[in-house]
Amino acid sequence: MADRISIYIDKKEYFTTEDKTILEAAQENGVYIPTLCHLPETESSTSCRICTVMVNGRPLTACSTPVGEGMEIDNSTTQITEWRKSVLEIMFTEGNHFCPSCEKSGNCRLQALAYRYQIMAPQFPYQFNEREIDATNDKIIQDHNRCIICKRCVRAIKDEHGRSFFAFIDRGHKLRVRLDRKLGKELTDELAEAAMEVCPVGSILVREKGFETPIGQRKYDLERIGADIEQNGQMKNHE
Amino acid sequence: MKKITIEPVTRVEGHGKVTIHMNALNEVVQSRLHIVEFRGFERFVQGRPFWEAPVLVQRLCGICPVSHHLAAAKAMDVIVGAGTGEGLTPTAEKMRRLMHYGQMFQSHSLHFFHLASPDLLFGIEADPNIRNIIGVAMEHRDLAIQGINMRKYGQEIIQATAGKKVHGTGAIPGGINKRLTPETVEHFMNGPEPQNISKMIEWSLGALNFFKDYHKKNRDLIDNFASYPSSSMSLVRKDGALDLYHGVLRAVDENGEKILHDIDYQEYAEYIGEEVKSWSYMKFPFLKHMGKEKGWYRVGPLARMNTADFIPTPLAQKEFEEFKAYTNGKPNGMTMHNHWARLIEILHSAEVMKELLESPEITEGELVVKGDRQETGIGMIEAPRGTLIHHYDVNEQDQITMANLIVSTTHNNKPMNKAVDMIAREYMTGRAVISEGMTNAVEVGIRAYDPCLSCATHAMGQMPLDIQIIGPDGDILDRKVRD
Repeated sequence: MADRISIYIDKKEYFTTEDKTILEAAQENGVYIPTLCHLPETESSTSCRICTVMVNGRPLTACSTPVGEGMEIDNSTTQITEWRKSVLEIMFTEGNHFCPSCEKSGNCRLQALAYRYQIMAPQFPYQFNEREIDATNDKIIQDHNRCIICKRCVRAIKDEHGRSFFAFIDRGHKLRVRLDRKLGKELTDELAEAAMEVCPVGSILVREKGFETPIGQRKYDLERIGADIEQNGQMKNHE
Repeated sequence: MKKITIEPVTRVEGHGKVTIHMNALNEVVQSRLHIVEFRGFERFVQGRPFWEAPVLVQRLCGICPVSHHLAAAKAMDVIVGAGTGEGLTPTAEKMRRLMHYGQMFQSHSLHFFHLASPDLLFGIEADPNIRNIIGVAMEHRDLAIQGINMRKYGQEIIQATAGKKVHGTGAIPGGINKRLTPETVEHFMNGPEPQNISKMIEWSLGALNFFKDYHKKNRDLIDNFASYPSSSMSLVRKDGALDLYHGVLRAVDENGEKILHDIDYQEYAEYIGEEVKSWSYMKFPFLKHMGKEKGWYRVGPLARMNTADFIPTPLAQKEFEEFKAYTNGKPNGMTMHNHWARLIEILHSAEVMKELLESPEITEGELVVKGDRQETGIGMIEAPRGTLIHHYDVNEQDQITMANLIVSTTHNNKPMNKAVDMIAREYMTGRAVISEGMTNAVEVGIRAYDPCLSCATHAMGQMPLDIQIIGPDGDILDRKVRD
């Protein structure tokens, strides 16, 4: 059994075990650190950087950094909040995100974080990059306008042999996620649903699945992103 | 040649411009209503998955998004094989109708009370500082409060059925995504005063009586202002009843003779053509078999009173009979009677909402049906301003490849231009100096049609107004600016 240690998040002491990441330790103590690309049970990709915290004065990603005894972590300073807002704003301006007509609106992690961080208008210019919509697969449509290259689908959606249905192609600013043409033909309804669910934005769409959940009943209509973690923390403190 | 420009036209929904050309003798020689915004929805919906259309295209407008939402949803019903408006489950059809009649109720209330009533209450040439909804609230408090509360009731019906007051997501291809709860129905039926359906019906009758009383005292204005005969077009129920959600397409000429014989609107393209003119982004639709010159027609509340044989709710039917009797049963071409017709439709909408709320299917039953996929879907609905057409082609990959939207105001393009020209000639010919009141008269004519000039969500607060009189040499002879 891992040793119990203490860490400090925003000057407050918490207890955890040394086999945890900062993100895991924070979550079990009811402290919310935002994530986008993070996917429990899979290796961190650290691609989105939204979980960046200051650890003993250095910026590190909470999803991939193990805790250490006495570690001092800043999670809610003005500087960190501004960094996170910048990360979100870069994503909104780099892609073409039109929330009003997106099926994922209300269930979208990117949108939910924008609300949580009260982003009104991005400070960066919109890029209006031309992105394609790939509608060649029988089960799903990929809207590359909305993809934030988080790699969650690549890591999560696999066949029984462990082969990923999705993969990165091209490099640099041309990097995108593509469904393997051959393997994609074996995509089941269940995996298609899982792919849409694991996508934090509205980039993977199951055919003819749109707007079936009424406004007011969608995930982030009911509570803001991170509220479940914070409520767990409050309950724990109360106990 | 002088040229007067009214830009933007105020107290209408969207942005428009009027130009009036005058010769050296101060005679009006030509007037035009220009639609100066280009929206491009027909283009950028291309490539999108078809089920996004009802939610995407409604962003055309912030006042009547429900009409676009439902017209697109009706088109997508066809695409997913759920039929052309009659194949849905009772729950889906009634929820959509409730959404639509709630929208009709709020939009008509907004138009009559907020946009048009200042002209009636204070006069066309009254001080613009008073001639607005704030002036109405100061001088006619009860009327203003009723108008605001009626709009609120309609907006809350939309919220209950679509999820949001503006730009909701209720209708989906083949049906609807929710039912009402019994508690919600009880709230709308018997909620605390004034937010219950009985009060809405009472106030709708009150507004009608107000207008009829005003009409008695101002017959010249209401009967003669920009009055001209025309053909009329709208959907009607198969038995000829007024139906704002679904029906067959009918047009009658100025004598009441049918010139479009209750056609299936999936075939609209065989009957309706569109002409493009260089000076406006808005096309000019016409009935093909009558040609561009004679094939134009009115749509909207007045046209609907001309095409429908009866109204299928008792109180509105009584008012309809009185309305028809005024012209001895013949089609009514009096532009300002649009307001009278609009108020009858407000009453009818309240009665329909009551019927729907009392229906058990509104709280229980299946939501969605689907059948064999189709490649083309056409949705048509009677929006507050008139007939609205959404036409989409969808490829095998579920992507929209073509969209054609003919909105109500487009149908009314020629009638509004005609009204503008008539009013300009009457009010401005022979006048050396153009007053604010004179230009407002032109706007009153446009407002009677309640145009949705494109997207009201652009406009906040009082719109600026810039009127210029330009002389034969291009010199600005007179200019009035309101910031």
